[in-house]
Amino acid sequence: MTGTPRDPWAQLGRWTPARIALGRVGASLPTCEVLSFALAHARARDAVQARLDREALAGRLEVLGLASVEANSMASDRVTYLRRPDLGRRLDDASRDRLDAYRDEDCDLVVLIGDGLSATAVAGNADSLMSALLPYLSKAELKLGPVVIAQNARVALGDDVGALIGARLIAVLIGERPGLSAADSMSVYLTYAPRPGRTDAERNCISNIRANGLTPEAAASNLAWLISAAIEMKLTGVNLKDRSVAGRSKSDHLVG
Amino acid sequence: MAYSKCVGTARYSFPTLKSLLAKASPPRAGDRLAGIAAVTAEENIAAKLALADVPLSEILAQPLIPYEDDEVTRLILDTHDVRAFAPISSMTVGEFREFLLSHDTNAMVLARLAPAVTPEMAAAVCKLMRNQDLILAAHKCQVTTAFRNTIGLPGTMAVRLQPNHPTDEVAGIVASIADGLMYGCGDAVIGINPATDQPARIEELLRLLDDFIQRYAIPTQGCVLCHVSTTLDLMAAGMPVDLVFQSIGGTEATNRSFGITLAMLREASDAAHSLKRGTVGRNAMYFETGQGSALSADAHHGIDQQTCEARAYAVARPFDPLLVNSVVGFIGPEYLYNGKEILRAALEDHFCGKLMGLPMGVDVCYTNHAEADQDDMDVVLAALAAAGVTYIMGVPGADDVMLGYQSTSFHDALFVREAFGLRRAPEFEKWLASMGITDPSGRLLTPAAGHRLIEDATSAAGPTQ
Repeated sequence: MTGTPRDPWAQLGRWTPARIALGRVGASLPTCEVLSFALAHARARDAVQARLDREALAGRLEVLGLASVEANSMASDRVTYLRRPDLGRRLDDASRDRLDAYRDEDCDLVVLIGDGLSATAVAGNADSLMSALLPYLSKAELKLGPVVIAQNARVALGDDVGALIGARLIAVLIGERPGLSAADSMSVYLTYAPRPGRTDAERNCISNIRANGLTPEAAASNLAWLISAAIEMKLTGVNLKDRSVAGRSKSDHLVG
Repeated sequence: MAYSKCVGTARYSFPTLKSLLAKASPPRAGDRLAGIAAVTAEENIAAKLALADVPLSEILAQPLIPYEDDEVTRLILDTHDVRAFAPISSMTVGEFREFLLSHDTNAMVLARLAPAVTPEMAAAVCKLMRNQDLILAAHKCQVTTAFRNTIGLPGTMAVRLQPNHPTDEVAGIVASIADGLMYGCGDAVIGINPATDQPARIEELLRLLDDFIQRYAIPTQGCVLCHVSTTLDLMAAGMPVDLVFQSIGGTEATNRSFGITLAMLREASDAAHSLKRGTVGRNAMYFETGQGSALSADAHHGIDQQTCEARAYAVARPFDPLLVNSVVGFIGPEYLYNGKEILRAALEDHFCGKLMGLPMGVDVCYTNHAEADQDDMDVVLAALAAAGVTYIMGVPGADDVMLGYQSTSFHDALFVREAFGLRRAPEFEKWLASMGITDPSGRLLTPAAGHRLIEDATSAAGPTQ
């Protein structure tokens, strides 16, 4: 594809990730730009539809010495999940029965790994983050409950899970809504005394976790700081000012 | 009042006007999520049949949220123009549809009628109209506004240049502004969504826009889309504010969730007017809306999302805005699931806004978890152009790298101008020609290397540094 008229200001692109100086043919985009956009969108779409390979993830967690248990939200398929955010926030009956066996009032922290809007993000980042988090947890002598791996999960599914197990804290590792520039971004939401009805104002969030964003290792360090602070102050949310990381990302609520 | 309709052997009843409107709405995710949508396709049409027989005067007499409970209801009823309403006061909703589509109902008739149309009347008739009806009726409405140029003249369509940057870097914003101007966009406004609401940063962006517009004497206006309370403080501090922006909703509780009241909007509107920064007109407010915001804030009172949206236009109307647009597909698939629902909502919002006398634009957009793609947006854009949309967004390559959604691009604006023969705001088009960006017909010239805009943006990363 030679000879496509390009705009003579490509140098401005160094100051912004925006798609500038794309060139044009008549009123329209050059072929390469039409296809490049389509590829980015296709990756984002695939990330939204992707199913989390829970067995593979459980295997990688086992290598870290972590036992895991599977759970499902009441959103039984992807279409329902996208249409009914309320169902993605509640456990189905079978999962409720299964998790009941893990009830433990002495548990300090339960980790829920949920697909959210990008299973790709969770598959790529969740076990790296857990691996980096474990040394902090053992140093702080915190009792970690089972790692729950949930399908069709929204952030607030953690409230249901946390309350059922009786954990002091729940950390939800979840795939963010994919953007065109990054389809593999994960967030962590930390909630103290989880129970259904908690609002987003009662959580702390670390977002943009991916290899080319906030690395899982850096995120683990931030999360460890938040966990200690939450246990000390007996709360999470707007009153627990996160002094270890920058604030929330714009798209956070869309996963909620 | 209760309504009912027999269809064949089935009898459908609707206990309130609110439920009748909800059941008569074309299907969409948000109304299903709220549990107020028609359960079957037949119930949906039965509701439309019943709605067609409801007199407009009866809609006026039955506020969906009580007068005492909601300041938006009070605004709607207190500002209703009874004299303008007289010619349609005896019509039913079904007759109103036919009136709107008749050849005798022209731009002048519709302009006189606008203050008589409450959002509930607009929403009701909208539910009986097919997409083609929404296009034809809206196309007849003419709404012209002005600040430093004239927006909404027949045969024109404007574009908001949206040069967002993930961290508000000035050089990056300037790069996108230069790109957009070289593509002939920016007559509606150069409007930045800031990544933060920090006043110091907003101030920097306001100065950037003001310097840029002055340096090149661009006949357009700037806006930093932050919360109205921030803009109020910045105006008091003497900052160069052209347009005051605010997101608005159709119920008092929705607006409370946005942190605003009508009194705050009035205060901001008065302050903006007192600055007298417009040169050819004094419309100084810019509002954004979108179906689903009331449900999302749990502030919908059981009213369907399209009717809530139309009520937001009643909030905008008394402030004589320069620009109003629905951000139609931004909110996500739990409110508008796919391209079909987004198309329908875009045409509804544009029609209701225009019928109520507003300079209605649409942010034709979608998110990556909606069942939609660029092909859907092409159709929405073309349908809106046919309907005479006042303005659309211009985002570099359609990819907003700060807000993380896809809108329309500078190229999309060129497409729609070519396909529908639409010109820009005349003052802006003249400026583009004087800058050597377009030829006299408004078509882009082959960009010259070393154009002043590009040289300036390149050297020292923009004119403000």
